[in-house]
Formats: sequence, C-alpha cells, structure tokens
Amino acid sequence: MTALLSVQGLRKAYPGVVANDDVSFTVGKGEVHALLGENGAGKSTLVKMVYGLVKPDEGQMVFKGDPYTPGSPHEARSTGIAMVFQHFSLFEALDVAENVALGMENPPPMRELAASIREVSETYGLPLDPSRLVGDLSAGERQRVEIIRCLLQDPKLLIMDEPTSVLTPQEVDILFETLRKLQAEGTSILYISHKLEEIRALCDGATILRLGKVVGSCDPRERSARELAEMMVGTELKSPAATRHELGDVSLTLKNLSVKSANPFGTSLKNVSFDVREGEVLGIGGVAGNGQDELLGALSGELRTAPDAVQLKGQPIGHLGPNQRRSLGVLAAPEERLGHAAAPDMSLVENAALSGWVRMDMVRNGFIDWTMARNFAEKVIADYDVRTPGSANAARALSGGNLQKFVIGREILQKPDILVVNQPTWGVDASAAAFIRQAILDLAAGGAAVVCISQDLDELMEISNRFAALNEGRLSEPRPARGLTIDEIGLMMGGAHGMEVAHIHEEEGAL
Amino acid sequence: MIRLEKRPTPSQTWAYLTPLVAVVATMIAGGVLFAFLGKDPIVAIRTIFWDPVFGEFAFYYRGQLLVKAGPLILIAIGLSLGFKAGIWNIGAEGQYIMGAIFGAAVGLAFYPMEARWLIFPLMIVAGALGGFLWAMIPGILKTRFNTNEILVSLLLVYVAESILASMSLGLLRNPEGAGFPGSRNLRQYESAANNELIAGWGMHWGVVAAFIAVIFAYILLSRHIMGFNIRLTGESPRAARFAGVNPNRLILFCLGLSGALAGLAGMFEVAGPAGQISIDFNVGYGFTAIIVAFLGRLHPIGILLAGLLMALTYIGGEAAQASLGLPAAAIQAFQGMLLFFLLAFDVLTNFKVRFGREATV
Repeated sequence: MTALLSVQGLRKAYPGVVANDDVSFTVGKGEVHALLGENGAGKSTLVKMVYGLVKPDEGQMVFKGDPYTPGSPHEARSTGIAMVFQHFSLFEALDVAENVALGMENPPPMRELAASIREVSETYGLPLDPSRLVGDLSAGERQRVEIIRCLLQDPKLLIMDEPTSVLTPQEVDILFETLRKLQAEGTSILYISHKLEEIRALCDGATILRLGKVVGSCDPRERSARELAEMMVGTELKSPAATRHELGDVSLTLKNLSVKSANPFGTSLKNVSFDVREGEVLGIGGVAGNGQDELLGALSGELRTAPDAVQLKGQPIGHLGPNQRRSLGVLAAPEERLGHAAAPDMSLVENAALSGWVRMDMVRNGFIDWTMARNFAEKVIADYDVRTPGSANAARALSGGNLQKFVIGREILQKPDILVVNQPTWGVDASAAAFIRQAILDLAAGGAAVVCISQDLDELMEISNRFAALNEGRLSEPRPARGLTIDEIGLMMGGAHGMEVAHIHEEEGAL
Repeated sequence: MIRLEKRPTPSQTWAYLTPLVAVVATMIAGGVLFAFLGKDPIVAIRTIFWDPVFGEFAFYYRGQLLVKAGPLILIAIGLSLGFKAGIWNIGAEGQYIMGAIFGAAVGLAFYPMEARWLIFPLMIVAGALGGFLWAMIPGILKTRFNTNEILVSLLLVYVAESILASMSLGLLRNPEGAGFPGSRNLRQYESAANNELIAGWGMHWGVVAAFIAVIFAYILLSRHIMGFNIRLTGESPRAARFAGVNPNRLILFCLGLSGALAGLAGMFEVAGPAGQISIDFNVGYGFTAIIVAFLGRLHPIGILLAGLLMALTYIGGEAAQASLGLPAAAIQAFQGMLLFFLLAFDVLTNFKVRFGREATV
C-alpha cells in the first residue's frame, strides 16, 4: 500500500498545554485509518492541522508525495482533503441543496447540483432528497448532507470526526457500507473515534494517542477491544460493579406525559409513560434530538406539565417548579454542563449554591449563607475528586470531565430520592466516566430511583436495570436491559429512521 | 497586524482599570475636540475636572456635586440590577418624570395644610409608586406579549414628557402664577420641601436615599438569593431556569425596582433642587444614569464613584460654558465619549491584544 498522507513530528502547543508533540503516522491509499484516544488526547487538534484549520508549530506533512502545508481549509479541499465534523454546520431553515451549495468552492447552478446530489447519494447508498428542509431531517440524514457535500468535491482523503455519536446502530451499519464502498474506490479515510468495536470493524490501521503523543500503532482487527482501551488509557480499566439489591416501591411515575418543546426545532414529548422503582436505574437511549432535553426539563421542573403527568410516589408534581421538586427530593443533572447545569463565569461556590441551596438549607430569610455554600462546594470537590486549584475558581476554568464530576457530585451529595441525569459521562475520560457510573450505581444501591438518559449504549447496558428508547418524542416500552441484543436496541431507537439502505446492498434488506 | 485573543477567564485587573483608562482617553479626545473649537484644551479640561472641586468657586460647586450625583446614583443603582440580569430599562427618564408628577401632585393636593410628618412621607411613597407603575407598563407587556422592553420603555419617555407638559400647563399649574406654565414652588411649602439638610453641602433627602440604595444594592447582590438570581440570569438564563428562577417574576422585580428608584429621584428633585413641575423639568438624568451604571461596572460602589464623576462633568461643563463659552453640545459629546471609550476598552477585559502575525485559526 503506498502512502497517501504522511505526517512527521507534528507539534502544536497552546498557552499552558501541548496539544500534540512529535506525532507521526501514515495513511495509505485506500486505507481506513483510525485515530484513537480519549477526550483531550489531541485527536481534534491533529486533524485540524491536516485540514488546515490550525498551523503546526513544528513538523512536516507529505500528501501524494509532495510537501503539504495547508494554510486554510480552502487549500486543503482543493488538494483533495475533505472533513465531516462532529458538530454539523448546517442551516436548518435551508434545504439540502442550498446547504450543500454553501459549503462548496464553486457551486454549480441549483438544478445541476440537485441532480448531482441525487446521483452521488444513489451511488453511495445515502438516499437524500435535495429539496427537503434540513430542519426536518434526522441526525443521520443531516450527516449524509455533510458527507455528500464532501463527496461532491471528489476527495482523496476523507476525515471523519466521531461520525457515529449521533447514529442508531442501523444507521451506523449504513454509514459503514458507504465508507467501505469509498475505500474500494481508492479513497482513504481518517477515522476519529473512541468507540473500539467500531474501529475494529472498520479500520485497517490505527494510531493511538495519549496526552498529545503517539503511544502506539496497531492493526485493530488483531487486537481485542480491551487491549485497545488499555493502550488508550494507559492503565488497566476497572468496570463499575453493580451490587445486587432488592428493588423497592414505585418511586417516580410518568403517565401520558406530553410536552411541547420550547425550541421551534426541538422535539415535543408525546404520551411518555414509565415508572421507576426505588433502587432501580432506568436507562433511556435514543439518538440526540429525539426529546432528551425535553424529558429532562419535564422531570427537573423547568418544563411544567399537567400535575398528574409526573408523580412522586403517587403525588402529582407535574405543575411544580425546580425548587419545589428539589425540596421533595427530585434532583436533575442536565446534559449541557456550561450554561445549563452550571454558570460558566461563576465560582464553584456559587455553582454549588445554584442547585444546592434548597436542600442544603443554605438560605435563611432570603440571605445566602456563603460559608455553608463553600463547605458544600469543598465537600463535592473532595468527595468527587474534582481537580481544581480551589472552590473560588470559575466553572469554565475546569476541564469537561472535572466539571461533570462536580455537577454529578453536587446532585448526589444532596441525597436525592430521585435523580435524573442526561449524558452523565459525555466528553469525560474513561476513568472519570467509570467513577461517575459507579457513583450512580451506589446511589441506586442506597435506594434512590435513577433515570439515566444517554446516547452511549454501552454505558446504559452497563448500569441500567431496564432500558427504553426515545424516538421522535415517543418512548418505547421499557424492557429489562439484561439480554437485549444490539439489533433490538436499534429497533427501539427507531431503526434507521425510515431511511433506505444502500442501493448497492439491497439484497441485505432494510431493518 | 493586531489580533484579539480571547482570555480563558475575564481579566480582573482590566475590569477595574477600564473605567480609569476610559476617563483618561476621554480627556485626551475631549481635549482635541476643544482644541478644534479654538479653546485651550488644558484650560478646558482643568475647568471641567479641577476647578469645581479645588478652584476659586469650589465652595459653590462642591454643594452642587451632591445635588447632581444624588439622582444619578439613585437611578443608576436601580438600572444596574436590571442590566446585570439582561433586562434593559432604557426609560428611566420617563419613570423619573412620572415619579416627580406623582410626588408633586400629592404634595400640592394638601396645599396649604401644614403637616410635614404626613405629607412628605406620602410624597415619597407616591414618587416611588409613579416610577414603579410607569416601569410596569414595559414589564407587563414583556411578560405577557414578549414585547421588547428597550423600545417600550424608551418610547414611554416621550409619553411621560407630554404628560409633564400637559400637567404644567393644566392640572398642576400654579393658580396664582399669572398664567405662566409650571406648578407652585414646593420649596416654599414647608410640609413638602426637600431642602438641604446641612447648608452648603447639597445634601438633601434624595442624596441620603441614594446612599441607602448603594448599601441596599450591595447587600442584595452579595448576600441575598434575589441578587444571586439576578446575577445568575445575566450570566446564563438557562442555568437560572434550572436553578428555579422564574424569569417573568425577575423581569417585573428588576423593572419595578428601577422604576421606583427613578421615581424617587424625580420626586426628591421636584421637591428640592427643581422646586416645581415645569415643562423643562427633566434634564436627562435618566439617560445619563445609563452611562453611570456602566461606568461603575454595574457595581454599587463603582456606581457611587461614577455618579460623582459624572456630576463633576455636568458642573464642570456648565462652568466651562460660562467661563470659556464652550457650546453645551460639546459637553454632551464629551459625556457620550466617556461611554464610547468605556465600551471600547471593555474588549480588554475579555480579550488580549496581540501584535504580530499568526495564521488564521
């Protein structure tokens, strides 16, 4: 296999942190090469340098045998490198063809463009109607818009940053078919992920990064997922251990909960019903944007509903606000750490008071007892191993994982009867994630009812007693998590969201 | 090439330094402006900033300092609470007028009865109520119909000015005033007068109220849950909702309180330094207070200092008009520059300035 892209000794330092140090790797022609590493290992900085978004401090790149120093993404694209980002840059109010045109260097007239979108989408098994509004598309379909935008430029190297984080298992299969077809045509793919099974299924080679340095390279098909994980983390991994305990009475009940989303492109909840017992963890999966935010809001009290729709031990609480629910023992930890669970520019002491003042009794006659707030913040920092110089630091100065530990710790230390968490380990490194999952399991073992909303299916299978999935605002019937197959989970999540499977593989049939 | 680089956390040093740098820059740019007008810039700046406090006629000006600073501080303290929460009451001028009309109307209704223990406190309550009600109009429209409080409160200033004109020509006109517009002079009505508490100091009840407001706001913001909610809403509205803050209640609280304080300022002004309701009663304190609030970093102590500084430019400006013949518009431009430079230098709190080249990121 001849080298398409070769990277030698790349280094990039930001004030206070070296993002990449002496990184070298090679991507062969027609190779699917994985960049593997934990959050903060330097994968994103590395591909940004390849894509011309960031200029390296040191090192060289060689592309197709010529020295390659991209000054801008524009230059990278004209050389034959395209990138699909983790976060889509699409306009919801424009249609597919218009969005594609906006990302192109020299867009052809609309009619021709629509025709070529149809052609490319059929060839690669990515069915997409050029005239549909992006706002109406599922996450998987939106990703197709991004991919097609890249494919129309006929790239030699396609960079994909965490492409499966927004897809159902069935959609992942469809994506992989597309990528294999591209590979067969000689296109190289640089694939960034921390999902090991995917990498083992798809990639021919892998470079593993830890703290900005290359710590190894291997053929992922020849290694076990556990070996890869340990190379990535650098230590042996401990899996959270669930204790076996009896479940208590029904604690939280949702009965035909319907809520309209406050966001015009949000998803309204439709007739969501479930109950959770004391000591139980109910895992709620689903692709992002299928009503997760709204469900958390309806449970935390940020969205009010009919009183009977949410019940605490038979008591109607749907009409109560967040603080009234807190005093009853219903606590929540939202997904968005900065700006929802915590105020970015406020100190950890103030952020401890933010959701803790009601239950921790920090307010007397309207006056906040800051000493109590500081003690509580310091207890969270100590008990949950939050790495920070002190409680007076602003929330935004903490790394994602540390802030997440703070947010989860803040809620658990208030001894909730019911805890609702959304994406508890999103963007958190493996050891912190294991710590958070263990804390959630311990809370349930102590008799609390836990609702864990997450897009990480492995996580849900690890900690939940029962599993249900959100799909377009509807919740599937909860089923015992043990023994569920990945296909069953995928179907609960809405299968491939009504999309067709690749034309070239029609015989495999749609699920 | 000059680049701006975002700081990981806002610079504390620059947050405090910016107002001082802005004052110095205003002096320089103002000096240039005065030079173009054919005046010696050094003399003009000295006349505005130095002479009122340390010059030959300082004994007169020093008293004026508190008279001007009082209403500015009182109004700016109220505005700062809303501004901190992202609630933009731009119409304090209107609330100030309505407070003055309500306060004066109550006082005049009792004329010529002498009962200061009853009438003056009633006027204070009425003044606060007038401003409060006027601010409730944008408040209720915003919470009910999601109107923009900036536009509504601003436009209500012009409505209030029309009511003021109508009052001084009609309902509140002095029956013994030979048909001239304007009410009776409240300063000559013992039970309603808001006179100097200590002769020559300019200290009247409105100034006392301003000092109390500074202390009240300081405690509210640093110790009270309401102040915490105000800061939280300004920082991050979504986190505030998660913390259980009711946005509508907060909007009404902030608008109501800033309206009441502006109304109080109007009432103390009409019963004291101005003396009567007249067509040109309002001189723009409500608008200048916006500058004071920002110049003071929306911090109560900062506002106290900024109010005194702004009062100085008013008095110094008048002195410069009288002694140097500077046009009034030049003084207003000078005050506007202060806000302009403050907002411009504010960039330094959140960004670092870097010189030299770097690839685009």
